[in-house]
Amino acid sequence: MLENSLPAALYIHIPFCVRKCRYCDFVSYPYNESNARLYITGLRREIELRVGGKLDKRWPLSTVFIGGGTPTCLSTAMLLEIINFIKGHFILSSGVEFTIEANPGTVDADKLSALRRAGVNRLSLGAQACTEATLGILGRIHTHAQTVAAVRQAREAGFENVNMDLIFEVPGQTLTEWQCCLEQVVALQPEHVSAYGLQLEEGTPLKEQVDSGLLQPCVEEDGLAMYRAAAEILKTAGLEQYEISNFARSGRQCCHNLVYWHNEEYLGLGPAAHSRLGGVRMSNEANLIDYMTRLNTGALPVAWSEDITPENDIFETIFLGLRMICGLDLERFRQRFGRPLSQMYPGLTESLVNKGLLERRGNHLRLTQRGLMVANEVMCEFTPTVNILDK
Amino acid sequence: MEIRQDRIRNFCIIAHIDHGKSTLADRLLEYTGALTQREMSEQVLDNMELERERGITIKLRAVRLNYRARDGQDYALNLIDTPGHVDFTYEVSRSLASCEGALLVVDAAQGIEAQTLANVYLAIDHDLEIIPVINKIDLPAADPEGVRNEIEEVIGLDAQDAVLTSAKTGAGIEEILEAIVRRIPPPRGDQKAPLQALIFDSHYDSYKGVIAYFRVMEGRLEKGMLIKMMAIGKEFEVNELGVFKPAPTLVDELRAGEVGFLAASIKNARDCRVGDTITDANRPAIAPLPGYRQVKPMVYCGLYPVESNEYGDLRDALDKLKLNDASLVYDAESSEALGFGFRCGFLGLLHMEIIQERLEREYGLSLITTAPSVMYRVNIVTGETLEIENPSLMPPSGGIVSVEEPFVAATIMVPQEFVGAVMELSQERRGVYKDMVYLSQSRVMVKYDLPLSEIIFDYFDQLKSRTRGYASLDYEWAGFRQSKLVKMDILVNEEPLDALSFIVHQEKAYQRGRALVEKLRSLIPRQLFEVPIQAAIGNKVIARETVRARRKDVLAKCYGGDITRKRKLLEKQKEGKKRMKQVGSVEIPQDAFMAVLNIGEEKK
Repeated sequence: MLENSLPAALYIHIPFCVRKCRYCDFVSYPYNESNARLYITGLRREIELRVGGKLDKRWPLSTVFIGGGTPTCLSTAMLLEIINFIKGHFILSSGVEFTIEANPGTVDADKLSALRRAGVNRLSLGAQACTEATLGILGRIHTHAQTVAAVRQAREAGFENVNMDLIFEVPGQTLTEWQCCLEQVVALQPEHVSAYGLQLEEGTPLKEQVDSGLLQPCVEEDGLAMYRAAAEILKTAGLEQYEISNFARSGRQCCHNLVYWHNEEYLGLGPAAHSRLGGVRMSNEANLIDYMTRLNTGALPVAWSEDITPENDIFETIFLGLRMICGLDLERFRQRFGRPLSQMYPGLTESLVNKGLLERRGNHLRLTQRGLMVANEVMCEFTPTVNILDK
Repeated sequence: MEIRQDRIRNFCIIAHIDHGKSTLADRLLEYTGALTQREMSEQVLDNMELERERGITIKLRAVRLNYRARDGQDYALNLIDTPGHVDFTYEVSRSLASCEGALLVVDAAQGIEAQTLANVYLAIDHDLEIIPVINKIDLPAADPEGVRNEIEEVIGLDAQDAVLTSAKTGAGIEEILEAIVRRIPPPRGDQKAPLQALIFDSHYDSYKGVIAYFRVMEGRLEKGMLIKMMAIGKEFEVNELGVFKPAPTLVDELRAGEVGFLAASIKNARDCRVGDTITDANRPAIAPLPGYRQVKPMVYCGLYPVESNEYGDLRDALDKLKLNDASLVYDAESSEALGFGFRCGFLGLLHMEIIQERLEREYGLSLITTAPSVMYRVNIVTGETLEIENPSLMPPSGGIVSVEEPFVAATIMVPQEFVGAVMELSQERRGVYKDMVYLSQSRVMVKYDLPLSEIIFDYFDQLKSRTRGYASLDYEWAGFRQSKLVKMDILVNEEPLDALSFIVHQEKAYQRGRALVEKLRSLIPRQLFEVPIQAAIGNKVIARETVRARRKDVLAKCYGGDITRKRKLLEKQKEGKKRMKQVGSVEIPQDAFMAVLNIGEEKK
């Protein structure tokens, strides 16, 4: 029973940054060495608590994702310590996808080589933008030149799978600038690109600047045009869109994120990390001190957990599945929940198909091009009503 | 305990909102020991949550105060609370009919307000002994002498014996009690005569049925007595009889002059009408007490459940509210846009808001309220006259000979420097100037005849804002008058939305139609398609706006593995949609149906 629920995906959250970006509302703290040391102690303890007893049961991982924060603001030695600890407690399958996120301003040839040699085989670079003006508005610490250098160093270090994160709809950003940025990124030949429309989150400095009128938010028409431009330019460069915000060369889709979109289980470690384990969603203490305090008492640092009700499981499977361009596998859905989707939401699919927002392709139900642009409107229609399972 | 009739005093308090009536009532309770200071949760008489919030008294309550006067005798003083708002004039008249005297409370800094004046005249009509009380003398801006003069000049009352008080500090409270004992006459009424008791209020108790509040005018009322409601004709056995001190205290009988409550297993509030007379079924009075009438609504609106399956709940809730509010009138109606609901009649806008809020708060209903309207009299070519309470039912203009609308005679009291603003506003709102009187060097009373529909529209709000809150307004029914009125239809997505139709004066039609479609454009959220909004008179479209299509609504990042956060965002989005009414394929928020009230005349 327990063996079956051992997830094949591991996420490690490293909650430090050189400086927090102006749009970011993730959990991260300014880097300093003593906090980083404290964190590593805690992380090791959490790993031991989580997997200690299961070592002999062989917990195999097919994806590992070290994210943040900015993982690469830790020293090479610290990162290697974490990686070795992971390798000591889990079994990495032969084809494992092992990703680390990096800020172009926090890597150099040596660090990248060391990471590659330690087994990390996918580098996710937070490039975000290609002009100093937009990088400045976002509050990034790096320059475009550093992005270019980081990609070159990654290649030299032996990374054959590089992702570049980009952000559009940034206040002040123009469509031309964005197109130009995409061209520059394409020229660097990454295997994968994530292009995110900027979400102005409550409490972030950027949101405050927009609310107070200091910055003009991007208008919807421009946002739409930017989104279309991304799909078009990336496609021409051989990067096919496979998810709302993600583009990849054939065979280079991010396996780790596919775990989320298929609504499968994953283990998250580190402050504020989320997990889905044995039908329960949980998140760790976000505050480093709280995280440590829990661990010091020998307890798991879980701050919040929630049993996934069958209704929510269904809803999450649907909206996550619809994020993928290929859509939700209806046959797999039926096998997982014992009943076809059409029976749980009578008439809904048809009505959304008639509105031109959804379409059937073989066994899959997917968003149309138009539906993709208003995905939230479509997804929220599947909000569970209590009786979807009674029908 | 036997109470001699000559030791009873029945009185009420007349005051403008904010002039300190509730605080004064509290002090009287406290002084007479009806409640200790600790027991007093502020302002005991306002026992409905809503009343507390709005600082107004909606329902009447009666409390008995035991007071040993300076003459050494014990007196029972019955304080009958009265509402202080223009919507509730009939309720005021019933409580006045139950009293022999009234305290006229005037704020020492503010002076007399229009509504106070109206109620004082009502009290004078009822032959009540009026004791002027000048309250809030502790305020720095207090001008008791000025107010004294105003009372004498404006009302014509002798104010030399006015009691000066501060309900806040407690100064003058004993003087008020003494004045009540000495100046207000004891009730008359023959204890041996056939019973006549006036119902001045009622409320519904889920265990005991309807509780009636009454004043015994003649005869005696006993526990176990078979009583008859004279207007309704139904009989009941009294199983509980009592007085409020202010906690309910059971008694065996109440005699002429006394005030109390009874329960008689009355299941339906329609059987216990405020204003009706209770008599002894076995020895009935020859005639009921005068003054009973069914109150007529002034303002109408449609109330619809957002979820159509709540129609039955809405009907049940209205039935229950009707139990303690005889003035609420409702009839089932249906709207193409909103489905099944009710056309409800109210005494005024405040009354409407209170009912609406109670339905939502106490009965958990989610409602759509259409913009309030008045009743129009439409004379049609066949010679018939139609009474139209729902604008969408107005016949086509071809069949109409003329339309009449209700007018009110409005009295506005205002500091002299705002007279110009008041006249300008009244003129803009089709007012007919009647009179202007200087109450003092600085205060003026202005009289206008105004269409009631304009008062409902935004006259009162505008009056307050253009006079920086200094103006007070009172109005009374002044009959129907012919006007050049047209029906404006609103089309949403090319379909007429009946619930948004309104009736407007020809000269203002273009302006209001334009303003309304602009307002609707801002209220109706963007849909997945373009939604045109049009205002039309007959077949002629006079204004058009478009709600642009929502073309992008997609959440980019997945928040790491935080699926719950994303799920909650989607649930919230869906929740927002559920609060809207689906009309055809367009989702319309509740407040859009009231938009006609908020379009603002300034916007041209």
